[in-house]
Amino acid sequence: MKIAVCVKQVPEAAHLRIDPGSKRLDRSGEGALNAFDSNAVEEALRLKDATGDGEVVLVSLGPAKAQDALRKALAMGADRAILISDEGAAGSDLIATSYALAKALERESPDLVLFGQQAGDSDGAVLWAAVAERLHRPVVSQAAELSHADGKLTVKRQTEFGYDVIEAPLPAVVAVSDAINEPRYPSLKGIMGAKSKPQETLSLGDLGVEPERAGEEGSKTEVYGLNDPPARGDSQKIEDDGSAAEKIVEYLAGKRLV
Amino acid sequence: MATLVFLEHHGDELLKGPLGVLSKAATLGDDVSAVVAGSGVKGTAEGAGSFGAARVYVADDAALEAPLPQPRVDVIARLVRDKGIDTVLFANSVLAADVAAGVAARLDAGLNWDLIDIASEDGRLVGKRPALQDSVQVDVGWKGEPRVALFRSGAFDPAETGGAAEVEEIPVELEDFSGAARMVEQAHEESEGPSIEDAEVVVAGGRGLGGPENFTLVEELAKALGGAVGATRAVVDAGWYPYSTQVGQTGKTVAPKLYIACGISGAIQHKVGMQSSGTIVAINKDPNAPIFEFSDLGVVGDVHQVVPKLTELVKQRRGG
Repeated sequence: MKIAVCVKQVPEAAHLRIDPGSKRLDRSGEGALNAFDSNAVEEALRLKDATGDGEVVLVSLGPAKAQDALRKALAMGADRAILISDEGAAGSDLIATSYALAKALERESPDLVLFGQQAGDSDGAVLWAAVAERLHRPVVSQAAELSHADGKLTVKRQTEFGYDVIEAPLPAVVAVSDAINEPRYPSLKGIMGAKSKPQETLSLGDLGVEPERAGEEGSKTEVYGLNDPPARGDSQKIEDDGSAAEKIVEYLAGKRLV
Repeated sequence: MATLVFLEHHGDELLKGPLGVLSKAATLGDDVSAVVAGSGVKGTAEGAGSFGAARVYVADDAALEAPLPQPRVDVIARLVRDKGIDTVLFANSVLAADVAAGVAARLDAGLNWDLIDIASEDGRLVGKRPALQDSVQVDVGWKGEPRVALFRSGAFDPAETGGAAEVEEIPVELEDFSGAARMVEQAHEESEGPSIEDAEVVVAGGRGLGGPENFTLVEELAKALGGAVGATRAVVDAGWYPYSTQVGQTGKTVAPKLYIACGISGAIQHKVGMQSSGTIVAINKDPNAPIFEFSDLGVVGDVHQVVPKLTELVKQRRGG
């Protein structure tokens, strides 16, 4: 089975900021593999191991240095990586991003496309559904268990109300929950081996993405401005010295909550 | 402005989240409609009028029985085109997020997510989105129409205005690929007693409790405060507590006046379900736990020490 895993490089938590000029996320600092994506990579590797053959291909859209994040996923065991990197793609929103990714996925034509449950920088948790729509493939999200037999996926989906079991024929798109597995750490051998795995960089032109459907021009949302968040009020943090319970009651009494 | 709100239902009930969005939509303009998609849902749909919908479209078909996104994308995209709708609003849920993104991709429409508010400013619609761990609020907008917006769960309270909606049944025509995924089993646990979604006080326990037997600490504090008990996904997955009490992205969204988190680290998964609470008190022995970033009172301490004492003090206070 050929599995494509869509992954993203995100700024490291300590460097998360929005550039006041462009009003975009500042991607100039250190980057890392989006933590939620490692669950998707892990699940792809498990599915590949279970079937005994197949290929795990990483697909990403991002700046050139996103190759570093891809190398980490290659070190986990993925076979090769494709990075769509193009100045013209900067500032792409959901509509533009899903279009470019769908073009790359059409070119690869995998049996299964996996996503992690969320992007750690933008908190986006919808991309898979837009990509599935563009590819005209069935989609299941919040997968807490995933198995495959006879060209069919069985997915245990976790919702607000409990578990649903959903079956979908391949090819399909699945977004996994971070409860699905415990991602492996790359071994030293994996890290060394990753350097020689194929890493391809593609431009929008290579994929046939029209310039007007990418980047800011191809986006249908925009940012007007940045403001201070609504105040949560004064928050306090105390250490328990044996009197924390009393302090909590005092605090709650002050707010007439007890 | 012609607005459409997707009303998600569970069993015979419309969910509170989208009803809250509907009430909000009714304050923005007068051409507000809603859509309910399911099987045998006409009666359920009629209730939408009292939350501000002038019209409710009902897509009633056996193919819409399972809560799967793609058939609903077909229904809503067609409705947007046929009825000249320019703005489609969703309250976040596992189902609604996938429907919203599918609709946006189908119609090549802009989607802004995680919004906590929306307003008409200088003749344009502006969404308010907290970002970067809520350290900044971003004003976002749409280029062209239709616009699609996905609101953070619990963003608005439903307001009953007592109106009546005109109900219109609409035809259901599905794309081939929309019916490819099928639900074969549904293991939903219905909660007993008062719902934690309606409780004014919620006391919740996480992995920091150390074991299922220690949930009695949480239960006793909840009882002393007259509140309900909640749990994190980690402890529900571990079998310590029932799914019906799970608070989070895949669980209940609660917004009580008081939320007390005991031994909960505060992962995004959990935060999403309780961040709209009035006052948040967190007790956790790890001083670096993320929960302290969004609690009003954070106590770095051992839940096994602090919680029983707190329960006693609350009992004394209430008893005296």
